[in-house]
Amino acid sequence: MAEIIANEGGHGKGKGKARAKKHGTHIDMTPMVDLACLLLTFFMLTTAFSKAKVMEIVLPEKSDKPQDAPQLDKDRALNIILIEGDKVLWYNGLADPTKPPLPTLTESDFSNEGIRRVLLRRNKDLFLEIEAMNKGVTEGTLEIPRDSVASRRKKMMTKDHKGPVVLIKAAENVKYKNIVDIIDEMAICNIARYALVDINVVEKKMVADYLASQASGATSSK
Amino acid sequence: MPSKPPKIDMTPMVDLFFLLLIFFILTATFRAPEAVAVDTPSSISNTTTPEKHVMTIMVSKDNMVFFNVDNGIDTSEHLRGKILQAVGQQYQIKFTPEEIKKFEGMSSFGLPMDKMKAWITAQDAKARDAMHIGMPVDSTDNQLMMWVRMSRLYNSELEVAIKGDQGADYTTIKKVIDVLQDNNVNKFNLTTNLESVDVNIDNL
Repeated sequence: MAEIIANEGGHGKGKGKARAKKHGTHIDMTPMVDLACLLLTFFMLTTAFSKAKVMEIVLPEKSDKPQDAPQLDKDRALNIILIEGDKVLWYNGLADPTKPPLPTLTESDFSNEGIRRVLLRRNKDLFLEIEAMNKGVTEGTLEIPRDSVASRRKKMMTKDHKGPVVLIKAAENVKYKNIVDIIDEMAICNIARYALVDINVVEKKMVADYLASQASGATSSK
Repeated sequence: MPSKPPKIDMTPMVDLFFLLLIFFILTATFRAPEAVAVDTPSSISNTTTPEKHVMTIMVSKDNMVFFNVDNGIDTSEHLRGKILQAVGQQYQIKFTPEEIKKFEGMSSFGLPMDKMKAWITAQDAKARDAMHIGMPVDSTDNQLMMWVRMSRLYNSELEVAIKGDQGADYTTIKKVIDVLQDNNVNKFNLTTNLESVDVNIDNL
């Protein structure tokens, strides 16, 4: 046994052939690495990480039967009429032609100080309540599970009986962007109750009158 | 003795490359390019689009309506093919098995049904894009209605995403929403970009 081992050892040491074999099988990996790099770059550049976001809206079911308009508290109603040119007209209460005078329209826009301010003023209590909860959660003073924040927010909204009921209406030639913006404004201001409704004849006339008075006012002031 | 150039061991780097490569290959999702570029408006909403079972209705800047429906999670059901056949039947158009197979791999489209055959068999993407004239949504010829109805017939789990361009007219979107509501779809996902807003709560 010992002899054999010694023999083998001597064989390996004596000749350089075995060592040469070890170094002989060198594969050039450069092309493979090049390809891997190329593919990697391709996949990195084509991968879109941010998925598209969606805004959910739920509309009331359409029914063929004529329904009574839901009874709306006059003091809570806030009507927003979108008009051409990224502008917004709003009025409080309800426009009832049988009970003049008609409410006056106020012009506003989508800026930070525009319609958002109007909505926040009307929805102050609920907004501050939800803001306080959000702040508590982010600062750690309020310990509730993250997933229950949304349901709590919802609960606060259903309990709310003071905030405005916003009716969103669109006049002619309104762009889709404005509709999304105004619904987004509802989310920003934590408005509990809002609806997307069709503009009625009375309001159409109010808008037309308002625009006409604006135009005449502009010419007379010149 | 001339000094040998220093050899750098590249093995770890190559290992890393492969690791990343495998990651990106596995996470990549492939989909056919959309028929039209839509610049969506932005909102603060942070909800993500559902992965599968989505019916997308796109409204382009020039108020053309496009429709797309996915194959669902189980592609062996060939939902797109079935929907195409069903809609074709309504307009007395028969599709060959090859056309149906080709359609299953395709993306959104916005053209009336009588042009469908030509669209599927078109040579390349350029020719196909030139055919888009918007899907009819008028009360006289409401083909979007048919597509929505058939899609919902074959896939009851479908969610609806409306992807409108910022500059699209609300009247067109309203038409689309009306079509959906006539099909008893009352919940919509409006595709938007994420934006952040600052709210000024001083002196309310």
